[in-house]
Amino acid sequence: MSLRIIKPGILDTVQDGGRHGYRHLGINPGGAMDSFSAGLANALLGKEGGAAVIEMHFPAPHIVFEAPTMICMTGADFSPELDNIPIPLNQPVIINKNTLLTFTKRVWGACCYLAILHTFSIEKWLNSYSTHLKAKAGGFRGRALQKGDVIPFVEYYDFSDLLGEKPFCVLPWKVPVPERKRSVIQFIKGAEWDLLTREAKALFGKELFTMAPQSDRMGYRLQGKPLKTSTKEQLISTPVAFGTVQLLPNGQTILLMADHQTTGGYPKIAQVASVHLPLLAQMQPGATFSFSEVNLQTAERELWQQKHYLQQVKSASQFKIEKLLHANL
Amino acid sequence: MAEPHPYQITSLGDAALLVQFGNTIDEGINQKVLQLFRKLQALQLHYITDVVPAYSSLAVYYDVYQLLQKEKGFKAFEFVAQLLKDILHQPTAEEVQSHNAIEIPVCYAPAWAPDMEAVALQKNLSIEDVISLHTTPQYTVYMIGFLPGFAYMGKVDSRIAVERHVQPRLQIEAGSVGIAGLQTGIYPLTSPGGWQIIGRTPISLFQKEQPSPVRLQPGDKVQFYAITENEFKNY
Repeated sequence: MSLRIIKPGILDTVQDGGRHGYRHLGINPGGAMDSFSAGLANALLGKEGGAAVIEMHFPAPHIVFEAPTMICMTGADFSPELDNIPIPLNQPVIINKNTLLTFTKRVWGACCYLAILHTFSIEKWLNSYSTHLKAKAGGFRGRALQKGDVIPFVEYYDFSDLLGEKPFCVLPWKVPVPERKRSVIQFIKGAEWDLLTREAKALFGKELFTMAPQSDRMGYRLQGKPLKTSTKEQLISTPVAFGTVQLLPNGQTILLMADHQTTGGYPKIAQVASVHLPLLAQMQPGATFSFSEVNLQTAERELWQQKHYLQQVKSASQFKIEKLLHANL
Repeated sequence: MAEPHPYQITSLGDAALLVQFGNTIDEGINQKVLQLFRKLQALQLHYITDVVPAYSSLAVYYDVYQLLQKEKGFKAFEFVAQLLKDILHQPTAEEVQSHNAIEIPVCYAPAWAPDMEAVALQKNLSIEDVISLHTTPQYTVYMIGFLPGFAYMGKVDSRIAVERHVQPRLQIEAGSVGIAGLQTGIYPLTSPGGWQIIGRTPISLFQKEQPSPVRLQPGDKVQFYAITENEFKNY
């Protein structure tokens, strides 16, 4: 019982809710770039938000399922197809064995998540399934998935009653795919926000930033009008976070993403609100957006509400799946 | 109530906060950071997911959903900030530092020390002097960051304190021992980097297969000692 990579994508890695508890050793948590979509894929299958998923970028992989599987895909729309028939995002699908999953074109977004009902039968590294590419540890052998890789599953489910001879069957529950409009990214002032001149502060909240080509899972280089500081004080290294906006000496900024280093010596002028990190995760080089300040309490509340929503989706889905599995016995 | 060292607590986004004691590399301040780090670790609070000590600051990462599950109406940041203030105002017993220094062998031979000549020249010293000044002090690991297991150690003798390269190298081999200002460190993985490389250690600072994959921890004491090229090759 497993899935097999027939053709690898440009960057497919096993990720989960992150490797927490080791930042003080320089080991950053990593995990899904778009933690909301990853959490949603799991929730729709009744699983814990932080369970292991496969994070894919475009071009995406060709995957064959060697056993009957229930899957759910969320995040970017890469036009997923099972045996050449389009299937929806944000909706669980039961697949028969030897069915081929392909992605024909990128419609929107940068990373797509594949969750499965089963548990991946791979080892954790320091308590997490997330792939740490730099350390070459965790996930599937510490690296991106390659042609021929087989990821085994723990459980076996017999969906033959529901499938019959069909290659797949889309299940009736789903969540709507959100409206995709121009992004305004909420931020909280950073610890070194006040190093910026008054003009720079105004500029930061107004100007349009562009995601530069030198952007990856570690961080995004942003292009915009240079931001000036009122002092030239050198900073010593301090801890940073996913979403920290660092100011470079030349007035440009770097936005730290999922694989960021644990510490840094550049001024931290802003911190992206957690609920807006998924929006950034779905951007591609060339994307433009602006920043808008939000107060801390609002950001906390929105974070709580997002997590709460995923819990509710999980509970509802769990119930439906249990009914389905019991009806099948 | 003990008077703590002056500090400032600011948010680090909506899921973490930062306690800052200053902007200097100072052994006394770093000890305060490490004391706070150890106290927080010992508490093992389920809603705190990470605690990271740095030179003069410390970050606490927390799970907002877990925190606000219990008691709605208060702010997660304020709750955790208050916890930290309470700890900082507790009297602290003088810590008995009974660490033995960890001894780390370093080969300073030219083949493993691409920046040694330039450092010696810049500081008007012989290479033997540079080696002697690097191996004499017992260094403290102030913090770990940048890479898994990259220990920032100090303080380096000012006579060999050289600034990092303006243009970082694209590739520094794992085990390379370097200097940047008053800091010394060892690259645990092959990586780009800007530190001035004066030697190489045969020891692994990071081993993913080990249950404890990182060799050095914040607060450790380190002593370098010179080994010959032959000893290095046969280590």
